[in-house]
Amino acid sequence: MTIDVLGTPVKRTEDPRFITGKGRYLDDIKLTGMAHLAILRSPYAHANIRSVDTSAAKAMPGVLGVLVGADIPYNPLPMVWPAGGSAGIQNNVNTPRVLATNSVKWTGEGVAAVVAETPEQALEALEAIHVDWEQLPAVVDAEKATQPGAPQLHENAPNNVVFVWPVGDKAGTDAAIESAEVVVRQRIVNQRLIPNPMEVRGDIGWFNPGTDEYTIWMSSQTPHIQRLLLAAFVMGIPEQKLRCISPDVGGAFGSKLICYPDYALTLFASKQIGGRPVKWVESRRENYQSTNHGRDHITYLEIAGKRDGEITGLKVKTYANLGGRLSTIGPGTPTTLYARVLSGCYKIPNVYAEVTGVYTNTTFVDTYRGAGRPEATYVIERAMDLFAAEIGMDRAAIRRKNFIPPDQFPYDNPSGLGTASGGAKIYIDSGNYEPALNKAIMMSGYMDLDKARKEAKSRGKLLGMGLSTYLEMCGVAPSKWIGAVGEGWGAAMWESANIKMHLTGKVVVTVGTQPQGQGHETTYAQVVSHELGIPMEDIVVQHSDTQGTPFGYGSYGSRTSSVGMTAAVKAAGKIKEKARRFAAHMLEASVDDIEIDGANYRVKGSPDKVKTIQEIAFALDLAYDPPEGMEPYLDETAYWDTPNCTFPFGTHIATVEIDEETGDTELVRYVAVDDVGNKINPMIVDGQIHGGIVQGVGQALWEGAVYSDDGQLVSGSMMDYALPRAAWLPVFELDQTVTPSPVNPLGVKGVGEAGTIASTAATANAVIDALSPLGIRHLDMPHTAQKVWRAIQTAKGGKA
Amino acid sequence: MTEHIVLVVNGQRRELEVEPRRLLVQVLREDLDLTGTHVGCDTSQCGACTVHVDGQAIKSCTMLAVQADGSAVRTIEGMATDGALHPLQAAFWEKHGLQCGFCTPGMIMTAADLLARNPDPSDDEIRHAIEGNFCRCTGYQNIVAAIREAASTLRTAAAAPKSAREAATAASNGKA
Repeated sequence: MTIDVLGTPVKRTEDPRFITGKGRYLDDIKLTGMAHLAILRSPYAHANIRSVDTSAAKAMPGVLGVLVGADIPYNPLPMVWPAGGSAGIQNNVNTPRVLATNSVKWTGEGVAAVVAETPEQALEALEAIHVDWEQLPAVVDAEKATQPGAPQLHENAPNNVVFVWPVGDKAGTDAAIESAEVVVRQRIVNQRLIPNPMEVRGDIGWFNPGTDEYTIWMSSQTPHIQRLLLAAFVMGIPEQKLRCISPDVGGAFGSKLICYPDYALTLFASKQIGGRPVKWVESRRENYQSTNHGRDHITYLEIAGKRDGEITGLKVKTYANLGGRLSTIGPGTPTTLYARVLSGCYKIPNVYAEVTGVYTNTTFVDTYRGAGRPEATYVIERAMDLFAAEIGMDRAAIRRKNFIPPDQFPYDNPSGLGTASGGAKIYIDSGNYEPALNKAIMMSGYMDLDKARKEAKSRGKLLGMGLSTYLEMCGVAPSKWIGAVGEGWGAAMWESANIKMHLTGKVVVTVGTQPQGQGHETTYAQVVSHELGIPMEDIVVQHSDTQGTPFGYGSYGSRTSSVGMTAAVKAAGKIKEKARRFAAHMLEASVDDIEIDGANYRVKGSPDKVKTIQEIAFALDLAYDPPEGMEPYLDETAYWDTPNCTFPFGTHIATVEIDEETGDTELVRYVAVDDVGNKINPMIVDGQIHGGIVQGVGQALWEGAVYSDDGQLVSGSMMDYALPRAAWLPVFELDQTVTPSPVNPLGVKGVGEAGTIASTAATANAVIDALSPLGIRHLDMPHTAQKVWRAIQTAKGGKA
Repeated sequence: MTEHIVLVVNGQRRELEVEPRRLLVQVLREDLDLTGTHVGCDTSQCGACTVHVDGQAIKSCTMLAVQADGSAVRTIEGMATDGALHPLQAAFWEKHGLQCGFCTPGMIMTAADLLARNPDPSDDEIRHAIEGNFCRCTGYQNIVAAIREAASTLRTAAAAPKSAREAATAASNGKA
């Protein structure tokens, strides 16, 4: 009898290769005859290119070719998720070319490339390229970029505006604010972040002149999508002539999702030099300058309600910085993924948001862990605290008062989940928010906050606690919704899985999703082991190669378990159904009389008349005696187009202590109660939450991409960008509630982003709570010692 | 122009002709195909390239190969012996101390250096010892747990007579 591993903390099957140094990441791949490419990047944030002289570089040792923008016959990169909705919003689109041709819009945009025998020769030759620049004035702040007189980036985008996108009920919200007993207003900044997977990006492009076929190895979350985008949109080649392979991916966090110029560049370069493979691996400095950034919102919020704490209206105006040109889903991130979930887990009757997408002379901004939802959570969770402070109400009590009640699911969210999408609705599927809040309050000692504050004060510390009762939307998404008027990119969002049981009873599962550290080889195997009643050891999970795996949209948005693994459940169901029919044939019984018990297919009432699925697979693979009309082999593919997204939730409570003399802020305790539905592997779930929390805490306390006014990336290396380190963090205390999602048979919701979505607001709220006795009601992140010290000094009337 | 150097890498003597500007990590990865040692940054911040040179953890992106001439170098590929995982490797697996795995080799090499100096570190000492190694996936919590567990396994083995020590190693690997 096979032990059921679903829901158990089995150790990961992918780990042996990683702990022994046998993982195979992009830069570990060496191909015969491989040449190396390096990219010359703009030193200016905004400039015209008068001319590029490559003659000296071409004569350098080892140089095989030098490319400039004009050499490359491909289209600009696609932008596939405009700010949409039924309103038919105008998007003023400018996307990058493989290499810039006439102008550059940010420091680090690619201008020329060298292919050489060695990486060192390629880098040396870059220095011999002479570009005649005409430097132009730059703007890096999204709000300033829309003001009169700001430098203009693109002719088709007056005032640097990409779009102005409204969602929700403007008149109703204005009326609610007008008639409210209390209105609180605040400008808040959600600063720009750099995703920082530990493995940088890279590619190996190879053109095979014998077959006219292209192959690319890429550190990507989305090999199938990249194949489609590169072939159909960028290169104009038949899709079947391109194969995309993602080897082991060393972290991604949304930064390896989009279509990058280097993909087409290495493929084109390989063709130019006669079909030798061409490798490009970015340096960390390049990663900071030219792989996508995240967040970067300036928001004006108004929250209205009654003196008893009932919230009646939320109005938000956000400037979303999208960088110098648009990346693949740049506009989709601060619109649908942000403003449609702004009201979080609260029943707010009137919600209106207006998002202005803005061009600036900075690296493009796109998906970073949580993508829109951390920004939304930060807005609403700060707003709840501001409102509570204004009316003198407890922060837990105001949340409790406004939670969507558990009997109102599925809930039609007024901020637009169910409305402006051409008739295809999304509802908040399920929820029960108060138990998670109560549990977190008990665990964290929130009821004893005043006592803790006094005790800390006696040690010269300002103690504060911050709550975040977050809501997350993941498991994107019903294709119908994505495809609704102007809201999609003419594609879908389903997932696929194929299961083959070979003659030996061993199983190969191939999937369209793409792991980057989440342990999918383990969790898919747990699911299939459970479904088929066979040992995990008999299952291998294959992914990441467009040749040999069914099409899938990839892994992001915490969608793999709820969408991808449901496809695997469906494929297993088809396998079982066929096995059942063949078992009936073998056992000379009617199909209806065959019971399935794990791997055993048994005739009802005759316990000795039984065949295992392995015996069935053997006989069906040999096909010596199939029933009339039955095809040989257990080999089934299934697709799952989810009927709805899923909505994890929970309460995180952070406790910080601030040194009153220095402003140094320490996270001393962190409690997280998450409801992610059923868990396939609780050990992996906890790991996702740990890592997610730290990325969110990093934003609250330390991280921030900083540009100088002329567009130089000041935080341009790991020496300047404060990534969280082990000694800066406490032990996280985790607990759960379990509300299974009704939208998929596993009852799972997804967990990849929940920690990050919750923790920024919890930690920032804790800092403000600690500073509240000084009369401070808001500070923008990151809450570095310098910033907090200045705020303390100012509040005390000193000079900062 | 190249220099002739001799390294003993994971117990094997290797003679190499290297350019003086070549970094130790480049020689390990590109000349010796030991790609378990990773490069995650260009400013010696991330620690993914950590290896042991003459028993001490160093960032191999910050040492020229010629500086290591005559030294013994140990990389992640040299941690398991006779197919048996090192207790740190076993503990990282057991405690879910890795996700994408990219920082893991450097993290394990740094931890091994710590445990050689301090066989019974507190959690605080562990967290400070790995401050030069970034992990973006795990939030460090399970890495600290793994190092604590490996320390315990190694102490048990060190305290026991040789036969018991072998049994402890076997048990550690069996559990893995």
